[in-house]
Amino acid sequence: MGHKTCFHCGLDSESKTIIFDDKSFCCNGCKTVYEIFSINDLNCYYDLQEAPGATPIEIEGKYDFLDNEKIIEKLLDFNDNQTQIITLYIPHIHCSSCIWILENLNKLQSNIGASVVNFGKKTVRITFNSENYSLKNLVTMLCSIGYEPYISLEDFETGKKKIDRSLIYKLGVAGFAFGNVMFLSFPEYFQVEGFWLEQYKPVFRWLMFSFSLPVVFYSAQDYFISAYKGLRSKLLNIDVPIVLGVLVLFIRSTIEIIFDLGTGFFDSLTGLVFFLLIGKFFQNKTYAFLSFERDYKSYFPIGITRITSKGVEESVQVYDIKKGDRLIIRNEELIPVDCILIKGHARIDYSFVTGESEAVSKLSGDKLFAGGKQLDGIIEVDVLKTVEQSYLTQLWSNDVFKSDKENAFTSLTNSISKNFTIAILLIAIVATSYWLINDSTKALNVFTAVLIIACPCAIALSAPFTFGNLLRILGNKKFYLKNASVIEQLAKINTIIFDKTGTITANKETTISYDGAELSTTEERLLKNTLRGSNHPLSRALYNLLDKNDIITLDHYQEHIGKGIEANYQTEHIKVGSAQFVGHKTETLSLNTSVHISTNTDYKGKFIFYNAYRKGLSTLFNHLKRDYDLAILSGDNAGEKDNLTKLLPSKTKLLFKQKPEDKLEYIKYHQSEGAKVLMIGDGLNDAGALAQSNVGIAISENVNVFSPACDAILDASKFNQLYNYIKASKSAIKIIKWSFVLSFLYNVVGLYFAVTGQLAPVIAAILMPLSSISIVVFTTIATNYTGRHLE
Amino acid sequence: MSVIYVLLAISIIIAVGFFIAFVLAVKKGQYDDSYTPSVRMLFEDELVKENSNKQIITNKD
Repeated sequence: MGHKTCFHCGLDSESKTIIFDDKSFCCNGCKTVYEIFSINDLNCYYDLQEAPGATPIEIEGKYDFLDNEKIIEKLLDFNDNQTQIITLYIPHIHCSSCIWILENLNKLQSNIGASVVNFGKKTVRITFNSENYSLKNLVTMLCSIGYEPYISLEDFETGKKKIDRSLIYKLGVAGFAFGNVMFLSFPEYFQVEGFWLEQYKPVFRWLMFSFSLPVVFYSAQDYFISAYKGLRSKLLNIDVPIVLGVLVLFIRSTIEIIFDLGTGFFDSLTGLVFFLLIGKFFQNKTYAFLSFERDYKSYFPIGITRITSKGVEESVQVYDIKKGDRLIIRNEELIPVDCILIKGHARIDYSFVTGESEAVSKLSGDKLFAGGKQLDGIIEVDVLKTVEQSYLTQLWSNDVFKSDKENAFTSLTNSISKNFTIAILLIAIVATSYWLINDSTKALNVFTAVLIIACPCAIALSAPFTFGNLLRILGNKKFYLKNASVIEQLAKINTIIFDKTGTITANKETTISYDGAELSTTEERLLKNTLRGSNHPLSRALYNLLDKNDIITLDHYQEHIGKGIEANYQTEHIKVGSAQFVGHKTETLSLNTSVHISTNTDYKGKFIFYNAYRKGLSTLFNHLKRDYDLAILSGDNAGEKDNLTKLLPSKTKLLFKQKPEDKLEYIKYHQSEGAKVLMIGDGLNDAGALAQSNVGIAISENVNVFSPACDAILDASKFNQLYNYIKASKSAIKIIKWSFVLSFLYNVVGLYFAVTGQLAPVIAAILMPLSSISIVVFTTIATNYTGRHLE
Repeated sequence: MSVIYVLLAISIIIAVGFFIAFVLAVKKGQYDDSYTPSVRMLFEDELVKENSNKQIITNKD
């Protein structure tokens, strides 16, 4: 058997294989999950999908806040004293095995009743008996089988969300009415003169009339509202001619049947609304498992441990933290408020909130800002400010977060519809005046016929179907857009601004280079073994870089926190750490992180850590520079400046030490000069810039975990494809323009019938669906063709 | 003569019946998740094992 992978999680298990039950596992965690499943007859889990699991993680103390009744109350969907129901978001849900195991939880734990998975939203709704089994038990159990739920401050706020299903209802009503009206209008289309038809005509007509009532007054509601809003702000949007068409269709048809003039156009009317709603439904494809509206709340924890004045630990919810409280922050926990470090060694990772790539060490008495992540054991802190007043959360009080981007621009369809509406009205008036002179009986007939046939159904459909389809195609390529209008905005971009840390650099990777005197084999061996003992991330990175050497037992080993490590082996002595620590005085000014080495008091050299840039970065920038202004705004220091200038095209602007507000202002300034800005960032520090920009794209290495509010989420592995995605959005605009041309051709044919006064209901009934369907077919084929060229 | 009224009435009652069924289905949330059921229906029915004295080790505490 060549390469061994873990039977549970599929990771490489070559290095330290644990064999159990003839299967190999990468770690004890995975093995334990397998044991739990096999004892409980849940081996089906592994039959459905190969290696579906996740390694369970240590969660000691992490869910203590679930002991707090007030927090539990807010999280539950339903609670009587015996039964509780909760919906949990579990990012790991990714395959059929996940659905299967989560829906069979009752076999693991008899106190769990039903559990239902929503795969699209990655949630599971669990009913359990709360008398014998607490929510905390449930969450720890889920963690122990590798399905850790994600509970954040956001869950606390939103409460029970109401799902808006009105579009489905409206579509259902329109479809129902359309089908029935079609059915009822057939007899008169295949008209055979005769007693029978004359007798029942009124019944059929009035039935059609009553079917069309809910369509006009319920299903088409949104179009009326939108047209009214458009007119009030003196804007002829696409909904104006649509509403005009719907109204004329309805009124003329009603008059026709009242005065027994004809059958009316009820089938065209209901069909029109039905097709339009399908377009809307298609465009509204959303990624339920992604959230584009996140702010700091979904990043922050919901509960935290507080030490009371009597020295007792208790869990409190984050909003209940008051100034002066004493808190405990455990390893890997987030600091929710601004505070002062009292006890313990703090190494805080601020990369997410400020963009600094390095974790910073703090001493007691130092101020810590909310949003940092503690990396080194337990610390105790005193609270300075409440959550809402903390430095980071104040960014959200900026006005950018309140304005709604979507309404701020007029779309392509609307700009065309303006000219279109005016042209149609002109044609209608000219034709009517012609007939007024020649045959006044036909004048009104022609006027309404023009408005009916010119109803821009096909135009209104071309954008939703093109964008909707491209949205799906890009989604398959792991570029998730918030809605269709983002594509249109993306096509108009002329300036692209990148964040550095986490955006053009990869989060997990660093490249390391050595600068100094060469190390001998013994020295290298000593270095490797010294690093082995340390858990400092730099030590780990360096350790992984060095060749494998024999393991030796060090005679003496000591770690000086915040400075470095030293060790003895036989006669050799080694010091690894900061320049000061190893006694290297002539420190040249370097902004890069480096680890210095000295052996037996001789200074040897240093390992320099560089950020690893994402694959294809140079190529991407060289593609982009032809059409766009490029800039990099980094929250980090200028340590990488030389490196970046070498890597990127010369006209790229590089700005360092940018605070979140600076980034926002920079974009605002360029927008005021007419730039259409695309911002690409990843962290909370970019949140303001992402909101201010015309299109904000968040880069994410794992789309399931937090990303700040944005217009689109791009999977980091597809970063180098960005140029192609922007190109695709431009082709989409072209496709729409062509389909406009196509639908104008249909309109010309229809208008011929209308102005000559020959528009029979059956012609309208054929022409309208025909034009709509051919537009849909055209846009679908064209976008799929565009999509085929994407990687 | 009135047979057409009967037929119309029947057809409309049936159509309205289906329409009500649709509305109820939407209201119950059947359209909220259109993916999971398609996977769920493919799970094999497992054989029910009688009296296997299974031991539950879900928690280490």
